[in-house]
Amino acid sequence: MTAFAEPLVLPERRGPAGRLSDFFWKHPHLLLTVMLAPPLLWLGVVYLGSLFALLLQSFFSIDDFSGLINYEFTLATYRQLLSETNLDIILRTVTMAATVTLASAVIAFPIAYYAARYAQGKWKVLFYLGVMLPLWSSYLVKIYAWKLILAKEGILTWIFEKLHLLWLLDGWLSLPVVGGNSLSVSYTGTFIVFVYVWLPFMILPIQAALERVPGNLIEASSDLGGTPAQTFRHVLFPLALPGIVAGSIFTFSLTLGDYIIPQIVGSSRLFIGQAVYAQQGTAGNIPLAAAFTVVPIVIMGAYLFVAKRMGAFDAL
Amino acid sequence: MTTAVLFDNVSRHFGAVRAVDGVNLEIAEGEFFAMLGPSGSGKTTCLRLMAGFEQPTGGHIEIFGETAEGVPPYRRSVNTVFQDYALFPHLSILDNVAYGLMVKGVGREERRKAAEDALAMVKLPGYGTRRPGQLSGGQRQRVALARALVNKPKVLLLDEPLGALDLKLREQMQEELKSLQKSLGITFVFVTHDQGEALSMADRIAVFNDGRIQQLGSPEDVYKQPKTRFVADFVGSSNVLPEKICQRLGLKAPSASLRPEAISISTPWTGALSLSGTVSAHSFLGAVNRVVVDVDGARVAVASPAALTVPAVGSPVTISFAADELHPMEDA
Repeated sequence: MTAFAEPLVLPERRGPAGRLSDFFWKHPHLLLTVMLAPPLLWLGVVYLGSLFALLLQSFFSIDDFSGLINYEFTLATYRQLLSETNLDIILRTVTMAATVTLASAVIAFPIAYYAARYAQGKWKVLFYLGVMLPLWSSYLVKIYAWKLILAKEGILTWIFEKLHLLWLLDGWLSLPVVGGNSLSVSYTGTFIVFVYVWLPFMILPIQAALERVPGNLIEASSDLGGTPAQTFRHVLFPLALPGIVAGSIFTFSLTLGDYIIPQIVGSSRLFIGQAVYAQQGTAGNIPLAAAFTVVPIVIMGAYLFVAKRMGAFDAL
Repeated sequence: MTTAVLFDNVSRHFGAVRAVDGVNLEIAEGEFFAMLGPSGSGKTTCLRLMAGFEQPTGGHIEIFGETAEGVPPYRRSVNTVFQDYALFPHLSILDNVAYGLMVKGVGREERRKAAEDALAMVKLPGYGTRRPGQLSGGQRQRVALARALVNKPKVLLLDEPLGALDLKLREQMQEELKSLQKSLGITFVFVTHDQGEALSMADRIAVFNDGRIQQLGSPEDVYKQPKTRFVADFVGSSNVLPEKICQRLGLKAPSASLRPEAISISTPWTGALSLSGTVSAHSFLGAVNRVVVDVDGARVAVASPAALTVPAVGSPVTISFAADELHPMEDA
């Protein structure tokens, strides 16, 4: 017994590492500061700072004649942003983003529900693999693959033909706005590719939200007389709403800002991302490009505000 | 007398696991019926079969004379108080209680009034605007009760509703539940693993083990005359006398039960049965002394009134009991 006896208080540890841990133990706030400072600096200066600098640009204007930026505060760029052509671009992008978000939510919910409620063991692994795997391959490869799938000579047209449903496809493509010469040059094609590419970003947050809904709440609703539809409306949906909102922030903002998908698949009409790219790269009109980037920020801000007012985050 | 719930040879198997295996029972209207057993004994699965969350793999269930198989939970006039209450976290207490009326299409004003009455009944008036997260465990328990009762169910199912409460609160809720059941006249089916709870509250008890009912009867019957060794062990602390001692006492049975409080350490009176042994241990339990007597290798516990002196460990004693306190059992 006595051979193993140790003093009640151990002697101070030697070496700089030992002294450092003793020091931080005595000053926990200092440790927090040391750990948080680099990421906060990164977020504050590199990220938010440059964003702020960009926004500042939108209040400058470009000299039409020399192409040089005039560093004087003006709203001229915003006036330019609100011209008919540019409003058209904004409206087109927002409509596409909203449709893509809605479709993603509708498609993602059953998948997420299955994964959260029923999938276990290897099925759960398969679910994660199935959802994540497409994210591992190159974004460009996937979009070009879709261009081939959706092309007039592509597999989709071939399947419609074999099923003798070509009239359906042609009928759809002859519709105004959503139609076109083939799926790969129509808004429908752009929409399909957007939904495909962003779907994982909708599935995962919904799945996480549903995972946290105790199963006995569903049973309680049913026990109290709630039909499956009522249970969905009054219990499942409100509790999954934070997840749906989180997912929609991804799908909505990613669609608002994307410039590659509409360039490769779809009609040649511009989306916000393409407009930014064109203004910044080709035209060198940085103020207008900056003003265009303000649009998604304002829209997302308004969206989050409305979502909060509607109680989307109450169940968090 | 109307039958509220009828189980006719009901089974619920999950693969190779026989959660419920050939259960027969008949619960009368207005009865306080307890299903008692250890975890995994099938009592909760029986409750879920009544609620409709599970469907039987064999047998037949009737609720008030109507076939229950294939009827979803939302079409049964049966309500459940869940073990962990299952209150909706995104709704106020009032909306929680009014939920059942809301989904049935009762008007806003009417269901608000009914929910407030139900909250008053469980002694939580004025709590309607709070959220479940702001309530204590005991209060949530009452809300769960109000939420079920506001629907005026024909049968109320309670799944270990007091399990999460501390002792004091549990005893208080036991009394309240009992008086509530008396005044409402609703059939209560109560699942518990606490034998004291079952004995003090129920009109009848079904003791479950391994998916089967071991014994069904009044609390007195189950306590005093356990039919199997399992019941004797699980309900209270009966002594189980082995076959050779039964034979010595002139009883033809594989084993017999004998309650500690039915035995006295004294010379036998006329008509009494007696055994001799040596004291192997004793402990003070407050109102009684628990004396363990070794009778030919069988340990017999005796509850001896605290006023009596306790014989020393190792001293020979004679224990006596009335002949009708010895109850034959079905298994060894």
